[in-house]
Amino acid sequence: MTKPVLLLTRRFPDAVEARAQRDYITIPNPSDTPMDGATLATAAKDAGAQGILCAAGDPLGAATIAALPDSVKLLATFSVGTDHIDLAAARARGIAVSNTPDVLSVATAEIAFLLILAAARRGGESERMLRAGEWAGWAPTQLMGVTLEGKKLGILGMGRIGQALAKMARGFGMEIHYRNRKQLPPEEAAGAIYHADDAAFLGAIDVLSMHIPGGEATRNWLDARKIALLKRGAIVVNTGRGTTVDDVALCEALTKGHLRAAGLDVFAGEPKIHPGYLTTPNLVLLPHLGSATIETRDAMGFRCLDNLDAVLLRGAAPPHPVG
Amino acid sequence: MAELDSPLATLAPAPAARPRVVSVRRMPPAVAARLDRDFAGAFAIDRDIDREESLALLEEHKAEALLFSSGFKLDAGFIEKLPARVKVAATCSVGFDHVDVAAAKSRGLVVTNTPDVLTGCTADLAFSLLLSAARRLPEADQMLRQDAWGPRAMGDFLGVRVWGQTIGIIGMGRIGRAVARRARGFDMRVLYHDAAQLPPALEEGGHYVADLDAMLGQCQFVSLHCPYSPATRHILNERTLGLLPPGAVVVNAARGGLIDEEALIDGLKSGRIAAAGLDVFEGEPRFDRRFIDLPNVALAPHIGSATVETRDAMGHRSLDNIAAVLSGRPAIDPLWS
Repeated sequence: MTKPVLLLTRRFPDAVEARAQRDYITIPNPSDTPMDGATLATAAKDAGAQGILCAAGDPLGAATIAALPDSVKLLATFSVGTDHIDLAAARARGIAVSNTPDVLSVATAEIAFLLILAAARRGGESERMLRAGEWAGWAPTQLMGVTLEGKKLGILGMGRIGQALAKMARGFGMEIHYRNRKQLPPEEAAGAIYHADDAAFLGAIDVLSMHIPGGEATRNWLDARKIALLKRGAIVVNTGRGTTVDDVALCEALTKGHLRAAGLDVFAGEPKIHPGYLTTPNLVLLPHLGSATIETRDAMGFRCLDNLDAVLLRGAAPPHPVG
Repeated sequence: MAELDSPLATLAPAPAARPRVVSVRRMPPAVAARLDRDFAGAFAIDRDIDREESLALLEEHKAEALLFSSGFKLDAGFIEKLPARVKVAATCSVGFDHVDVAAAKSRGLVVTNTPDVLTGCTADLAFSLLLSAARRLPEADQMLRQDAWGPRAMGDFLGVRVWGQTIGIIGMGRIGRAVARRARGFDMRVLYHDAAQLPPALEEGGHYVADLDAMLGQCQFVSLHCPYSPATRHILNERTLGLLPPGAVVVNAARGGLIDEEALIDGLKSGRIAAAGLDVFEGEPRFDRRFIDLPNVALAPHIGSATVETRDAMGHRSLDNIAAVLSGRPAIDPLWS
């Protein structure tokens, strides 16, 4: 039996590319040049691709999906999020979609906790002061932050990432609150306090960590009105999707001091970011590093290949379908 | 009425003389307010007071106490020049390697520090540096602020996962144990090295390793939490750093002199050590300028205890110690007893 044809839209980790080459006729992208929709559809057509291994940022909207050849059976995205894929258009053409849940939960929770600590302890400002050679000496009032012990962490979206974050925060003596579509069973909540209402949730917490998906329903979820519901001096961290934060409102709250500090790993329109963020001192910025560990990236790639193997090698359903 | 008032006035106790203190460091607002209210003397407000000036102020204000902190050397020469009425010197820090304990003892000077109150926040800062180093925060934040984020490959900016890895803690005192508790929240395997094994209730799930060399060979992460002394100077040096597995991460929020910085810089430059997180430096506030150009080091200016809650607690604890000694009671946190 000839190997199925697999289009790789990006350059993936070495171990993942090697396994793909072993089991498929691969169309790789060794220079890692991002493709526009027409290029992607043409590449799939020219090769007669049966599977596409794609990633966040690939333009898989309705137009691209309409232009794909009939040979394509599965879009396996190297991500948990699928807001770069028009799921309805894929379904209409009978193309399955799979993602990589679970494997990046702890790596992303680590980034969220790093941003909480860096915001609370002024990591960005410390770094810049030392690297500018401006440290004049120790002083009892220099770069004072806040202690996490005894503070209330509010987790917006209590899925796997949120639950891993809760476990980390308990080691630091924080009290866990969460806002979610539904209340978790007690063994998953592990003592975390459920809020059924945004206002009560925001008013109760000292640190907000956001873990909700993107899309129209959550656009600008954190806007000026919700920021005002947070306590003065609160900290905001976002490792979910950049579109869920109103950039202008967040900048203003940081500049005027309603919020103590913030940490962002995701941005609307990334890799371009809101210009106000570049010069806001009480803000730590990361370039979407949620899943960026060697172990996690390998595991994500293998999970994509597990889905491709199921559909293209065994004619079975993908183990991690979306939609 | 005057006849009634007058005896009452003379019977009322004279206002107790406020203890006289020279405070050489700028204090957080809540502590400064208590100094103003309950103490007399001279207090640093806009700038810190140096050693020479402090001696003159102690004399001028007939002070019986000195409030100082790390960076202000209480050495034999200084202790010798202290006016005889100075009974207590309170350092607003947990560390006291800036104090000549032998000289203070023989002078009969009581010296106090501020243990306990900075445990949690120093452990937080150590863990913040650990995560920053492992997940490459300094490079990342700098790239974004330079507006230089463009399309990047899957292999760019990959960090070291923290969850589930092994951490070695050198010095399992209060702060070391608080770091162990935090590491357990990241499902880390915790090893610790100290002079002796702790009772199980204090181990925080950690495993004791009597031989430092044997522990280092197993540690993806190593964090220093022991006091600085001639015995621990450069405890991490070229040889001991060489025992760590390739790609390890080194964290120091204790004292700069615990690490041979030359050897650390070599390891960071060659990549054998993946990253380091440093809050303290040998000879601070001056520090080796080569760190500035190293992307794989997370830097902080000795802010382990720099939270509003902790700095207030440290200042108040120092004042509690001074008030106790000057009213004839024993010190709460004497460096020796």
